[in-house]
Amino acid sequence: MELLERFTAGDQEAFEALFRQYQGEVYRWAAQIVRNRAAAEDLTIETFWRAYRAHARFDSRKGQFAAWLRRIATNAALDFLRRTRREVPLPEDLPETGRSGCSVEQRELQRTLQASLQQVPPKLRVVVVLGLVEEEPYEEIAAALGISVGAVKVRMFRGVRALRKELEKAGVRP
Amino acid sequence: MKEREVEEMRKLLKKEMKAAGRAELGRDLWPSMLERLSQGASRVPWWDWALLAGATLSLWFFPAILPALLYHL
Repeated sequence: MELLERFTAGDQEAFEALFRQYQGEVYRWAAQIVRNRAAAEDLTIETFWRAYRAHARFDSRKGQFAAWLRRIATNAALDFLRRTRREVPLPEDLPETGRSGCSVEQRELQRTLQASLQQVPPKLRVVVVLGLVEEEPYEEIAAALGISVGAVKVRMFRGVRALRKELEKAGVRP
Repeated sequence: MKEREVEEMRKLLKKEMKAAGRAELGRDLWPSMLERLSQGASRVPWWDWALLAGATLSLWFFPAILPALLYHL
C-alpha cells in the first residue's frame, strides 16, 4: 500500500514517515507567516496534529499532500495571529531576517513596521507578508487560503491600505 | 492607483524586512510530535471559551455588529 493510503487508513508509521518528509517544508511556510522560530515550530506540530486527526478526510487518490498540509498550516497560523494580535509582537528572530549594521533610525523603522503590521487584521496581514515580503505568487497564496486569486488581490489592496494607515499613525509615510 | 500603492508598499517592505522563505528547521520535531500525540486532544483554554461566549452573547443582543466582527476576523 502507498504511504499516503496507509496514512489515510490511520497507520502511525506512515504518519511518521510523512512527518519526517514534510516537517521542514511546513516549518518554512509557517515561519514565512509568523516570522518567529519558536512559533513556527509550534505551528508545525499543530499542523501535523490537525492533519493526523483529519487523516480519514484526506483523499490519497488526488495526492497533493504538501498542498493539503500548507492549507492546514495557513489556517493554524491565522489562528495563532488572531490569538496574539493584541499582545506584544514576537520579535522576528529568524536568522535570515536579522540585520547587522543597521542605523538606529532603520532599526526604529523596522520596529514601527512590525508593530504596524501587528495591527493589520490577520487575514489581510497574511496576504501582505506572503505577497510582498516573501514574494509568493498570488496563485500559491490563494491555494493556501482556499480563496480565489481575485480575492487575494482584494485582500492585498485592503491590507496595504490598512498598513499604510497604521504607518501614518506612527508617523511613517510609505 | 491601487497598483501604485501596492508597489510602494512592496518596495518599503522589501527594503526593511528580509524574506524568511529559506528558514531552516534546526531540529527534528518528531519527539515533540510524539509528545503531542500522547497528550491526545488539545485542551481549549478557559479564556477561549469565555471569548466565544462573549461573542455569542454580543451577536445575540447586537446582531448589527456582525460586519465589524467579520472584518476583524
